[in-house]
Amino acid sequence: MHPKTREKLILTLVGWLAAGLIFFPIFWMILTSFKPEVEAIATPPRLFFTPTLENYVTVRERADYIHFAMNSIIISVGATLLATLIAVPAAYAMAFFPGKRTKDLLLWMLSTKMMPAVGVLIPIYLLFRDTGAIDTRWGLIVVYTLMNLPIVVWMLYTFFKEVPKDILEAGRMDGAKPKQEVWMLLLPLSLPGIASTALLSIILCWNEAFWSLNLTTSQAAPLTTFIASFSAPEGLFWAKLSAASTIAIAPILVFGWMSQRQLVRGLTFGAVK
Amino acid sequence: MASTTTTVSVPGATAPAGRRSQRNVRTLPLIAPSVIILFLWMIVPLVMTLWFSFQYYNLLDPSVGGFAGFENYTFLLTDPSLWTAMANTLFLVFWVLVITVGLGTLLAVLFDQEFYGRSIARLLAIAPFFVMPTVSALIWKNMLMHPVNGLFAFFARSLGLPAIDFFGSFPLTSVIIIVAWQWLPFALLILLTAIQSLDSEQKEAARMDGAGPFSMFFFIILPHLGRAISVVIMIETIFLLSVFAEIYVTTSGGPGLASTNLAFLIYLRALREYDVGGASAAGVIAVILANIVAIFLVRSIAKNIAD
Repeated sequence: MHPKTREKLILTLVGWLAAGLIFFPIFWMILTSFKPEVEAIATPPRLFFTPTLENYVTVRERADYIHFAMNSIIISVGATLLATLIAVPAAYAMAFFPGKRTKDLLLWMLSTKMMPAVGVLIPIYLLFRDTGAIDTRWGLIVVYTLMNLPIVVWMLYTFFKEVPKDILEAGRMDGAKPKQEVWMLLLPLSLPGIASTALLSIILCWNEAFWSLNLTTSQAAPLTTFIASFSAPEGLFWAKLSAASTIAIAPILVFGWMSQRQLVRGLTFGAVK
Repeated sequence: MASTTTTVSVPGATAPAGRRSQRNVRTLPLIAPSVIILFLWMIVPLVMTLWFSFQYYNLLDPSVGGFAGFENYTFLLTDPSLWTAMANTLFLVFWVLVITVGLGTLLAVLFDQEFYGRSIARLLAIAPFFVMPTVSALIWKNMLMHPVNGLFAFFARSLGLPAIDFFGSFPLTSVIIIVAWQWLPFALLILLTAIQSLDSEQKEAARMDGAGPFSMFFFIILPHLGRAISVVIMIETIFLLSVFAEIYVTTSGGPGLASTNLAFLIYLRALREYDVGGASAAGVIAVILANIVAIFLVRSIAKNIAD
């Protein structure tokens, strides 16, 4: 065999082995979700079995699962919309009318992201308790909006900067007012960037587990909190838990895969390109 | 309005002083909402934490109150549990960093090579990052590390070895394994992006000069990755200082305080023991720790924003 080909085959083997090992826990969870409950805890573990959808049916029939999933959707989408709404004007102003302080302002915004959540858990908890925001959807929406706002502003800023200024200028020449300029030109032109920003924000909200565990119990609890509640009764519902978890992570996994490039940009604040 | 439209077309260029002030008036209402709410979000809770840390304040006992001076701090600093939690926090951060950056670098080099189905293999390898922390903690706890039904116990028994009670015997190590698994894809993704930005001509030139794979790695790739690695370290550190859900779901900080980190200690003090003053003092320490890292991170981001 040609040495180049052999090298490539070995690399393929090693590469897939590494990827397989890393992915294995997720694979095992998905596999378990298709097992009958008895087989899920069987020793030795079964790799081959008659797959069943009963766990998914059970999970879907349980009204509370839908309730928690709806909470996750409403909170992630709500916080993302709100953050985008607040961030677009700021990012627009900073990208197209930069002043002396724009860079400092941007850095300052990012630095608020570096405050550890535990450092402010107590005041937020007490403020929430006193305003009746504990275990409400809007409470979490507010926290997540603030949590993601710096990243959203920053990402939108970098995407807006890539929009050719000539096009906006041409629009202005044709008499577009600032509002029209944003709505009719800037937003359509940077739609892919806005979409990946929103996607990242949804991913971060969906998987957030510090505030959701501390600020919600049942009414507004998203899937993170719901799944954490299974930590106590060990071994009883592994197959159902796996099915519930699989549904909970599936959409985000797809979103994450779709936006992996932009993710690097968003997560490192552009420090790595 | 009409006069400003001419200035905006040349952003970055030095505009006449009079026009600049006009421009600021226009952008202010656009930027203000973000700045104001972020400022409030940052400063109000922080000031409250500081304030509480100097107060006697117990949620269950309203008779306790008043100015405490440095009492919460002296109590906290003389309490061995703070030092245990601090040591656990640093131990966890350190080992997760070693594992994720070490393996992440190797994997990034691996996934930079051409091989069959590489893009699919890469998708699989970054998947754990998108799994919510409570789910990954439960997968590992129930299906892999469980001392009776877990897959690891099965492997150990098949080899004739006693099954390991991961969370009983090695609670912190077990948490580290789970957290490292979640963050490995992050390191991989960032470092891979950095490697791919390496000039292929430079690599080619090195190869022409007879650089083998090892000298290639140590003299070309690793120096190029330096910045990316430091960014990964800083960002991970900030998040790893507050690891919470994984501990909450698996060990609840135990046995004893064996897997309690600073974040979990604050949670225990505040929401389980209702000691707001003491928990706030610990919160201030957590903020200081994170800020030491954040200063360096902000500096390195600042270099890149300049354009």
